[in-house]
Amino acid sequence: MQSEHTGHGGHSDHDVRSHVRAYWMIGAALYVFTVITVAVNQVHLAIPLAITVALIIATIKGSMVASVFMHLNNEKRWIYGSLLLTAFFFVAMIAITLSTLGDTIGTPTVHEVSTGAAHPGAEHK
Amino acid sequence: MNIPYTVETRPDTGLANGKLGIWLFLASEVMLFGALFSTYIILRVGSVEWPHGELNVWLGMANTFILIGSSVTMVMAWASLKMRDWSKHRLYLILTFVLAGVFLVNKYFEYADHIAKGEGPWHSTFLAIYFTMTGLHGLHILGGMVVMAYLIGPGAKLYRSNQEQFTNRIEYTGLYWHFVDLVWIFLFPVLYLL
Repeated sequence: MQSEHTGHGGHSDHDVRSHVRAYWMIGAALYVFTVITVAVNQVHLAIPLAITVALIIATIKGSMVASVFMHLNNEKRWIYGSLLLTAFFFVAMIAITLSTLGDTIGTPTVHEVSTGAAHPGAEHK
Repeated sequence: MNIPYTVETRPDTGLANGKLGIWLFLASEVMLFGALFSTYIILRVGSVEWPHGELNVWLGMANTFILIGSSVTMVMAWASLKMRDWSKHRLYLILTFVLAGVFLVNKYFEYADHIAKGEGPWHSTFLAIYFTMTGLHGLHILGGMVVMAYLIGPGAKLYRSNQEQFTNRIEYTGLYWHFVDLVWIFLFPVLYLL
C-alpha cells in the first residue's frame, strides 16, 4: 500500500503543487498556438503548406495536452506499452486505408477502353 | 466484498486497475477516431474539389478556446483534490461541466444554421464527414458531462468514505476529458481551416 499522500500514479501532494503553475502555463500556450493556427490560415498559404503548418501546430498542441495534462511525461511502462501498440495499429490502419488509393484493380486501362475489352458486352448495345 | 486494486497498485503492472482500464479504453477511442480521420483523407484526396470557408472559423476557434479552458479546469479539479482542497475541486469541476455545456450550445447553433440553409449531411461529401466527425465528438462531450454530473452530484459522497478512490475517479474522468480535447485540437484545423 502507498502512503496516504501519494496517489497510485506516483503524484505526491508536493509534486502536484509544483505542477499547478505548469498546468496554467500550458493552457496559456495552447491558447497562443490556437491564435497562431488561425492567423496562419488568414495568410492564405498554398494548400500543401497550409496543411503541413496546421498539422505541425496541432501535433505540438496535442503533445502538450498528452504529456502535461495526461501526465504521459511520467507514466508507468504498461501505459507506454499499450500506447505503443495503439500507435502501431493506428499507423497500420491509416497505411492500409491510404494504400487503396493506388489500387487500380478493376480500373480499365486506356488500351482496354479503346478496344472495348474492358466491357465485352458493350459491343452488343 | 471489496473490489481489489481500486486504490492500491497491482504489483505486476504498478497501476491501479482503473488507470490501465481507462488507457485501454482511450486506445480503442484512438482507433475509432483514427478510422474517421483516414476516411476523411480518402474522401478529400478522391474528390475533384474540396470546399473552403463553409464553416464559421471564429465559432470553431471559440469552441477550441472553451475546450482548452475546460481541460485546464479539469486538471485543476484533480490537482485541488490531491492538495485536499475540496471547495476548489468543486469549483473547477462545475466550471468544466459548464464549459462543456457552452461548447455543445455553440455546436447546436452551428448545426442549426447549416440545417436552416439546407446544408445537412446529405448536401455534400464535406458536410457528411463534418457532421459525422463533429457529431461523434459531440456525443463524447455529452458522455463526459454525464460522468461529471454524477461526480458533482451523487458520486461526490464517495469522497467522505474513500478519498483516494474518489481522487482516482476524477483522474480517470480527466484523462478521458483531455482525450476529447485532444481530438478537437486536430478536428478544428482539419475541418475549419484546411
